[in-house]
Amino acid sequence: MGAKEKPKLAMYWAASCGGCEVSVLNIHENILTVDEVFDIAFFPCIADFKTKDLEAYPDGYIDVCLFNGAIRTSENEEMAHLLRKKSKVLVAYGSCAYEGCIPALSNLTTKAATFDKVYINNPSIDNPDKIFPQELTKMPEGDLTLPVFYNTVKSLDQVTDVDYYLPGCPPEPPQIWAVLQVVVAALLEGAPLPPAGAVIGAGTTAVCDECDRVKKEKMIDRFYRPYEIIPDPEQCLLEQGLICMGIATRGGCGALCPIVGIGCRGCYGPPEGVIDQGGKMLSAVASVINAGDETMEEDELEQKIQEAIDTIADPAGTFYRFSMAHSILRRVKNGKGDS
Amino acid sequence: MSKQFEPVIVGFLCNWCSYRAADLAGTARIKYAPNLRPIRVMCSGRVDPQFVLKALLNGADGVLIAGCHPGECHYVNGNIKALRRFMLLKKTIAQWGIEEERVQLLWASASEGIHLAERVNQMTEELRELGPLHWHDKVLDGNGAEPVSVKEA
Amino acid sequence: MNDTKSPPLQEEKVGVYVCHCGTNIAKVVDVEEVAKWAEGNPNVAISREYKFMCSSLGQELIEQDIKEQGLTKIVVASCSPHMHEGTFRTATENGGLNPFMFEMANIREHDSWTTDNEEAATLKAKALVNAAIERVVHHQPLEQIPVEINPNTLIVGGGIAGITAALELADGGNHVYLVERQPSIGGHMAQLDKTFPTLDCSACILTPKMVDVDHHPNITLMTWSEVEKLDGYIGNFEVTVRKRARYVNEEHCTGCGICIEKCPFKVIDNEFEAGLGERKVIYRPFPQAVPKYPVIDKENCVYFQKGKCKACEKFCPTEPNSIDFEQQDQILKLQVGNIILATGYELFDVKRIPQYGYGQLENVFTSLEFERMVNAAGPTEGKIVLRDKETAPQSVAIVHCVGSRDENYHKYCSKVCCMYSLKFAHLVHERLPDATVYNCYIDMRTPGKGYEEFYDRLLKEGTNFIRGKVAEVTDSARIPEEEGKIIVQVEDTLIGRQRRVPVDMVILSPAMEAQPDSQEVSQLFKMGCDFEGFFIERHPKLDPIATMTDGIYIAGACQGPKDVPDTVSQGAAAASRVASLISRGTVMMEPIRASIDADGCSGCKICNNMCPYNAIEFLEEEEVSRVITALCQGCGTCVAACPSGVITGAHFTNDQLYSQIEGLLWDIQSLEPVPAGKEE
Repeated sequence: MGAKEKPKLAMYWAASCGGCEVSVLNIHENILTVDEVFDIAFFPCIADFKTKDLEAYPDGYIDVCLFNGAIRTSENEEMAHLLRKKSKVLVAYGSCAYEGCIPALSNLTTKAATFDKVYINNPSIDNPDKIFPQELTKMPEGDLTLPVFYNTVKSLDQVTDVDYYLPGCPPEPPQIWAVLQVVVAALLEGAPLPPAGAVIGAGTTAVCDECDRVKKEKMIDRFYRPYEIIPDPEQCLLEQGLICMGIATRGGCGALCPIVGIGCRGCYGPPEGVIDQGGKMLSAVASVINAGDETMEEDELEQKIQEAIDTIADPAGTFYRFSMAHSILRRVKNGKGDS
Repeated sequence: MSKQFEPVIVGFLCNWCSYRAADLAGTARIKYAPNLRPIRVMCSGRVDPQFVLKALLNGADGVLIAGCHPGECHYVNGNIKALRRFMLLKKTIAQWGIEEERVQLLWASASEGIHLAERVNQMTEELRELGPLHWHDKVLDGNGAEPVSVKEA
Repeated sequence: MNDTKSPPLQEEKVGVYVCHCGTNIAKVVDVEEVAKWAEGNPNVAISREYKFMCSSLGQELIEQDIKEQGLTKIVVASCSPHMHEGTFRTATENGGLNPFMFEMANIREHDSWTTDNEEAATLKAKALVNAAIERVVHHQPLEQIPVEINPNTLIVGGGIAGITAALELADGGNHVYLVERQPSIGGHMAQLDKTFPTLDCSACILTPKMVDVDHHPNITLMTWSEVEKLDGYIGNFEVTVRKRARYVNEEHCTGCGICIEKCPFKVIDNEFEAGLGERKVIYRPFPQAVPKYPVIDKENCVYFQKGKCKACEKFCPTEPNSIDFEQQDQILKLQVGNIILATGYELFDVKRIPQYGYGQLENVFTSLEFERMVNAAGPTEGKIVLRDKETAPQSVAIVHCVGSRDENYHKYCSKVCCMYSLKFAHLVHERLPDATVYNCYIDMRTPGKGYEEFYDRLLKEGTNFIRGKVAEVTDSARIPEEEGKIIVQVEDTLIGRQRRVPVDMVILSPAMEAQPDSQEVSQLFKMGCDFEGFFIERHPKLDPIATMTDGIYIAGACQGPKDVPDTVSQGAAAASRVASLISRGTVMMEPIRASIDADGCSGCKICNNMCPYNAIEFLEEEEVSRVITALCQGCGTCVAACPSGVITGAHFTNDQLYSQIEGLLWDIQSLEPVPAGKEE
């Protein structure tokens, strides 16, 4: 038998940018502890693991799987199902797996439109025969298959059961390390784990709690794109007209972005208890638009409000930047002829 | 005989004005399209955009938010916030590809029963023409697993 | 069979009662079908239909079922909650449950009465009932909130409404602060000569009441004062009042009036004398002013402007001297339990209708100018004369509906103008028996007690009534007979002809309007005013004296144009309402309010400015917001706005509303679960 077997760690990337993998490495010297404590069972980014290796493991072999990236293709989904089978604890790691993140912004368009833009109609392509990747190509030697490209990007929990969510784009290294410590303590010392389904490695209140900027009256006349103004270093960014998602975003990141004068983008997802981050942000922001009051005629009222709203360039993209897959509507209604 | 499509409109009516307008329409026996299914809130300012999205997700073909005329809100200016939210929601909803007739705002004072009835009739016909939304089944169902026909793009 | 997504939170036993309402509902909605269908909902323990749920038998049915079946929640599908929500909440309570464990589905006003399509009506009824069932499952027990009442009352406005209310309350043994912006109480009624229809002298009926106020031990009178700030809530208001400097020391002044006599400077009195007469720079607005202390008009006073004169001080006989040029405004803080607003009205500015010639044509007068003119104590000692102060007019035209019943200005009818215009006609007949009088009117509105009889009298006095809205008042003569006259151009609709009526004097009868600052005032007192600026009452029929804000009441013309009897009634009614609260000692407040989960609040401050009642305070130390429960009116705007979702609106929670939406769409929604993530 030999020495007590080390717990198994896996990390997989679905539709992702690789930032989550980098963030794990970003825990600096703590990575050595990770190496000490865990056996890496499956981590294609850093070592040569194959799917057949994974398939060969018994079910539940992996103690903790950090699954990052959204579900864009059938391969992503298959791997999600496979890793679920093979893992005791499946963590939706990072915003993509948690709530869709940037890949899910693709839900604002359709597969057909995407393919058209990428493969057929764009300035740097010359494809007169309109060739684009096929899921099945029959060759004399046999069938070649590609994964199905889904019309709708999904979060991990929309294809399989998830035990924990670790938000962030990417998650902050101190939070990652904190979570790993909890997991290690549970595995090695039998310490209790948080309740299943919890969002871990993050706060429960909004980013404003961690942000030191001075907050006064929230009555905003108009909004600005980030490049349009240089914000006052002390005052709340939202009050200055920069769209800071901090009010509708779970904290735990230390408000890193507002501190340096960039409005929070919302990568930690909605605060505890809120389903639709974009909807809540929309509601809050619209409520404090300082345009129109009850003394105005109805036409003038609408016009004044419209002027202010026109300064918000892209509400769907801005308010749902990270949480599109978890939003209530989830995707744009497909184009004409589609049901 | 095929039945014509009957749109379902979820309505958020404020307790003091528009709900009473709907009451008045009934008391006056004004007949109008039975397609509105009202929900009472104390003020149109209570209407969270998430409610509208939820109604659309769960199968409503349209949503009507009805409140007091500006200047007459029982709570001074709750309807002004409702209007601001509605206008930003309208912009966002357009980005989701939802036709603008599907989410509407109406000001109706407690005495304007006819006004409310007329709007319900109008909205019902608009939605009938647009066809069912059935978001859950028609939009979310399926993952585009079928091959893409480039001609559609 | 319907499907519900969310499993019951606990073992729920909902009782569903579908009312026939005779045939009102049952004729169109298949009530038996709906009741039977509702049984299929897993939360429902019992589902009945009954002819008249609001009857005592119907209510007993609910009470009995709760006791015998152990029901946990009640749904009644019947009429509008505005009819019987109270009835059924009481029945629920009598059965032993908290009254808020009840929800109503409106299948009459919103369903059976609106369509003849039985199939559609029954389907809609099912949806509404299902929504109610899904919602009620999430109801929480709620308790009304008791608040203690401070027995002091603030009355803002010392006109006849405020005076009536003050005396009613004070006579009942309660203490009243009466705050009035002018130097004296009395309001516009003090400016009038005779009051219709009895032709009582206005001052004679008003001044005794003013004296009563002056002497009343329970009334603290503050004139030349204004409310600047209001904090608190019903039973516990803190009011900040600015008592402006009169430059007269009230403790020493005896009201002898020598200072007024000796003041060498006069100015045109634009307030009380409507610009027709003059007053001194140190003045009392009128002889019977209450309180008796004069006030110095700082802007026109030679001492304040140039450092000279001081005649008033020189001649003041009191020891020590009552004139105090160094006097400062005083800021006072009052603690009161209730507030009555009786801030009165202004008259429509007739200059807004240039074609009526006021200000351009010399002998066009406003109603207020005419009132001062006919007043024996007024600038012409009661003589009706032209602007030259000598010539008596031989013909007078009185123009009704100036600025009212007019799409361009005010759509409403100002209620009192017909009566006072008739009064003017009568006064002209009385004082100038040979004069010809024309009243140009749209309709003659004389509904009060003795009013129609008054009109009849005027008909007999020989007034010429021309039924037509005056188009123009001009001095542009077309024929020699019109030279030197003012011509009133009007369509006489009873004979169907245009008329040009040449007269010597025209009196315009402008509408009563809300005070120009009524909007600021309504915001200061956290209630609302309508498009026209009149304060909004709680219910136009059943509660014209309360406002949407608990503890703030309205009385008199500030609520809408009205005559003196109605004003007095309203003032007394408001006082009675306040007295009833004071005698109860505590008041129970509706529990439909917001509350903030302090642990979840991030201090983002989205909510604080949003509340029209300033009910959300920010706690600096804890850096969270908190709702002041007694101030919160329960609109839910902050609940919808909070981006963290930590504000709960009692009885209108997100859980309840989401469930209602789900229940409403039972026949369409797909069975797939909503995306994973915690429900709010």
